[in-house]
Amino acid sequence: MSISSDNAQAYWRENLRIIMTYLSIWFVASYGCGVLFVEELNAISLGGYPLGFWFGQQGSIFVFVVLIWAYVASMNKLDAKYDVHE
Amino acid sequence: MSLDLLTYLFIGGSFVLYLGIAVWARAGSTKEFYVAGGGVPPIANGMATAADWMSAASFISLAGLISFIGRDGSAYLMGWTGGYVLLALLLAPYLRKFGKFTVPDFVGDRYYSSTARTIAVICTIVISFTYVAGQMRGVGIVFSRYLHVDIDTGVYIGMTIVFFYAVLGGMKGITYTQVAQYCVLILAFMVPAFFLSAQITGHILPQTGLGATLESGQSVLATLDKLSMDLGFSQYTAGKKSTIDMFFLTVALMCGTAGLPHVIVRFFTVPRVKDARTSAGWALIFIAILYTSVPGVAGFGRVNLIQTINGPENAGTEYAQMPQWFKNWENAGLLGWNDRNGDGKVQYAAGKAFEGKGKPAYAADDTRGELGQRLATNAVVGAEFDASKQPFANEVYVDRDIMVLANPEVADLPHWVIALVAAGAVAAALSTAAGLLLVISTAISHDLMKKTINPNITDAQELMYARAAAVVAIVIAGYFGINPPGFVAQVVALAFGLACASVFPTIMLGIFYKRMNTQGAIAGMLTGLVATIAYMWYFVWGGGTPDQYFMGISPGGFGTVGMILHFIVAYVVAQMTPEPPAEIQAIVEDLRIPRGAGSAHAH
Repeated sequence: MSISSDNAQAYWRENLRIIMTYLSIWFVASYGCGVLFVEELNAISLGGYPLGFWFGQQGSIFVFVVLIWAYVASMNKLDAKYDVHE
Repeated sequence: MSLDLLTYLFIGGSFVLYLGIAVWARAGSTKEFYVAGGGVPPIANGMATAADWMSAASFISLAGLISFIGRDGSAYLMGWTGGYVLLALLLAPYLRKFGKFTVPDFVGDRYYSSTARTIAVICTIVISFTYVAGQMRGVGIVFSRYLHVDIDTGVYIGMTIVFFYAVLGGMKGITYTQVAQYCVLILAFMVPAFFLSAQITGHILPQTGLGATLESGQSVLATLDKLSMDLGFSQYTAGKKSTIDMFFLTVALMCGTAGLPHVIVRFFTVPRVKDARTSAGWALIFIAILYTSVPGVAGFGRVNLIQTINGPENAGTEYAQMPQWFKNWENAGLLGWNDRNGDGKVQYAAGKAFEGKGKPAYAADDTRGELGQRLATNAVVGAEFDASKQPFANEVYVDRDIMVLANPEVADLPHWVIALVAAGAVAAALSTAAGLLLVISTAISHDLMKKTINPNITDAQELMYARAAAVVAIVIAGYFGINPPGFVAQVVALAFGLACASVFPTIMLGIFYKRMNTQGAIAGMLTGLVATIAYMWYFVWGGGTPDQYFMGISPGGFGTVGMILHFIVAYVVAQMTPEPPAEIQAIVEDLRIPRGAGSAHAH
């Protein structure tokens, strides 16, 4: 391995922080809006959909797609910063 | 051209394409057979993953399911897509860096134990077989309806096709066939979805169409809510399940998705760690195209179905006036009419028209009533109903599975669309079956023969074992397709529960918790397995009743509890036993850094 163990530790810590950030968004969009607070959100209407229903059946999926690609971009940047990319 | 001829052309044409690809992409080495040589471009792998993932259940059953249960269907939509976020963030890149061929490979090497490997092999085989049985059945159903052969013959045709490209081509053949199958299935799903949406709402996209306002001035969803309530069904946009049950079910489906061996193994086929992340992104885009259209298709299908059967006055339609599709599906045994009030009209509302599970049972001699309708042996006698909730008693049985297949006929779309849907359903079922069969054959030839029983076999011998195992697996899968277990839905729930309670947590701990050792991993996997199986067993076969549910959690969501127990037990046991050897800890350090993934290597 070309990088020092300190560097590897720092890389891993930053990676974990990125994962936690994205997983919080993932949780809020699906479990938050689609399950836990669905009734409250249903009081709001969006393009003909009750908002909670929309999150459960459409919105959360759009958020998931964006999340993965944002994660890909963040990780590519992080890999370059620590020079661990291939 | 007639519908039959078009259907033969579409399905036949797609088979020629798949077989052509199989011959072109024959596998010559174990590496090509297991991981397609490790050189699949991420976008192609994304498509293959999407086809692998979207089975007959996604294509045929999901929209039907949501059509009938409304908002509670969110658990499946979120669960079966949100799992890809977990895969991309928590598993795929690290497993790719680890660079082996299979899930048991990772478990066996990371936990330096052949016991752990064997438990993983058992999980893999059980999960994959429960899944594949449903696929073969799906192929049989589509063939029986569209090619007018019986279901068993349909299963044999499906077995032959899969045999060719899975056994000859291995992962390489399967991957490129799946790319073609994805194109066929997505086209087959989207074309009728666009037609339906445009016809009903004027919006081309079903995603916005479901929110659109109809000529009546009401939105589609409001119309659905009203129709449902008027007929005594529950409100479409309201949930029936408790919040805690929805929560646990969604977690079980998400983590189960991330822990399914046939999905995980797809990420071993890309060249670099970075490609593993990208290909999860592509896979989810390709999956989302279908999944975000499903709620629209479900909603439009439901409105169409109710309005066609009950007519503009919402009072029922004379049986003689019913369109041809109604009679076709009645002949296929998936629709049924029981004229309970004897008025000759077909009327659809809440409640059962047939005894038992509500599905009509037809005698072999095909008894017909005065109007030509099939007479079931279990028809409900009398026409009692709760007049405060609905205008008439329900007289109809509609199988959920026909919603997608019947939609184009209900909406009176051109014949080529109907033929396309048939080809798409076959593509969905075959692509998933092939992926699963490969995982089963790999588990046997690589994890069991090569790694556990006889490490001295050569590459050529291992390849021979892999092909032989694939043949055996196809035969067993075909057997289950012809003699399906009577509880398919529960069995599939079990597959997700096991993946969620055993495979997903053990891989996660292996990557994120360096201190996790053999003892902890084995104790955790066994706890997850036993707890999940015992709970499901008790409630599905052991006579348990819903009021005995633990915290109100239905068996489908219990995999989540199994996973929590897995984490706790694994942690406690690992604390009480020696930490893993230094070289294993070094491996964990190494798999966290992307550089140097190289190609997937054997040993």
